[in-house]
Amino acid sequence: MEIFDTFFNVPVLIRTFPLLMQGLWVTLQIGVVSIVAGLVLGLALALVRLYGPFWVQLLARAYINFMRSIPLLVLLIIIYYALPFVGIRLSPFLSAVSALSLVSAAYTAEIFRAGIEAIPRGQFEASSALGLSYRHMMVDVILPQAIRIVIPPLTNNCINVMKDTALASVVAMPDLLKQATQAQALAANPSPLIGAAIIYVAFLLPLVAAVSKLERSYAKADR
Amino acid sequence: MPGYIEIRNLQKKFGSFTALHGIDLDIAEGEVVCVIGPSGSGKSTLIRCINLLEPFEPTSRITVGGTTVERGHNLEKVRADVGMVFQSFNLFPHLTVLRNVMLAPMRVRGTSPEAAEKRARELLARVGIGEQADKYPGKLSGGQQQRVAIARALAMDPKVMLFDEPTSALDPEMVGEVLDVMKSLAGTGVTMVVVTHEMGFARQVADRVIFMDGGRIIESGTPAQIFDTPQEERTRNFLGAVLNH
Ligand SMILES: Nc1ncnc2c1ncn2[C@@H]1O[C@H](COP(=O)(O)OP(=O)(O)O)[C@@H](O)[C@H]1O
Ligand SMILES: [Mg+2]
Repeated sequence: MEIFDTFFNVPVLIRTFPLLMQGLWVTLQIGVVSIVAGLVLGLALALVRLYGPFWVQLLARAYINFMRSIPLLVLLIIIYYALPFVGIRLSPFLSAVSALSLVSAAYTAEIFRAGIEAIPRGQFEASSALGLSYRHMMVDVILPQAIRIVIPPLTNNCINVMKDTALASVVAMPDLLKQATQAQALAANPSPLIGAAIIYVAFLLPLVAAVSKLERSYAKADR
Repeated sequence: MPGYIEIRNLQKKFGSFTALHGIDLDIAEGEVVCVIGPSGSGKSTLIRCINLLEPFEPTSRITVGGTTVERGHNLEKVRADVGMVFQSFNLFPHLTVLRNVMLAPMRVRGTSPEAAEKRARELLARVGIGEQADKYPGKLSGGQQQRVAIARALAMDPKVMLFDEPTSALDPEMVGEVLDVMKSLAGTGVTMVVVTHEMGFARQVADRVIFMDGGRIIESGTPAQIFDTPQEERTRNFLGAVLNH
């Protein structure tokens, strides 16, 4: 079976498995840090975009639109290869995390904004009429309801960020994809790439399934 | 006579459209005022200005208990002392009935959770919802939800209660239970401003009835004056249309 020897070469897979695991660990670090940073920045951005002074709203909108139009790979390369010319030298890890979280924040901000805007006006009015401060209105009334709305799209965004971590291999980050390509070169056999693909899917498939399940159960509850 | 609520030259514009044309109104402490009038006459806008849910023209002036209604520190005090009940209930769907009632006293007045819960249970019992305290609002009927909304507003021990057509979204068989709660509230010292289409309630409970049309107060007086001997043509037309319906 030539195909098996080429793509599912078990001895090669076993030999390169430790490398792939190291890569997976790096991928998870990049992904999780970027997701968390993107969430925090995105929520702040959404609030500013909705309730900030007019010119700050404009800035937030410009930022969001810019980050949603620039290809992630281009942004990453600019951060890693161009910023050093102005004296900003980020490690591969920081470059990857910066690019991923700057873009993720833009998407997250739009998701939070849509979630907040989906809350009926009466909820804001009832909170105001009761004398709740802006902070309490958001923390006790609006955000808990918005969270439910934003969980499926936020999970989708997390999946995208995790997938995009593969771009970090371009700036010499030893992530899962980079380890797989190096192992493939070393073994002169593409099985490690297939192994990496299987690992990506094994991690992300449950998330994809969870989103579908949530969306189905929300659709049922809303009926 | 100066009132507990004083409204002077209240003007409200939505863009180029003027919704209120300089309203002057004084409401005494403990008075029950019913506001009637055709749809679009500015009734909601009027009471929503009292707690600044609608911002109004800077030349207008409203005071509640001597406090000027304006952005800033005053607003917290006014809103803490002025409760509001909406046509669409606006309960917080993610909180239990009990939590709905406890939230504002804890967050705004700094009441302890124990004291807030005790007071909330008292109020829920008073509006006849004692058994439902741990349910979520979505599980309650419209009439029950509106009674919870009244309890939620009362939990702040307001001096003034504003009602914006509190029974208009209810099935007919539930109107009575909400009106009964409102009746029991009248005469307890709470100043009430009630926008309503329930003429029977207005006649029975109001100290004063105000008829509005086109963003102006056309006529005001005791229920007997307004319902039995209206002076203005527009009032007669409106009452004729409503009462013969
Ligand atoms: N947010 C708004 N934007 C524009 N026009 C409004 C708004 N709210 C109310 N209006 C207008 O103001 C007038 C008075 O409205 P409202 O106070 O709701 O009347 P009522 O409560 O007596 O039915 C209406 O003509 C209405 O269309
Ligand atoms: Mg109205």
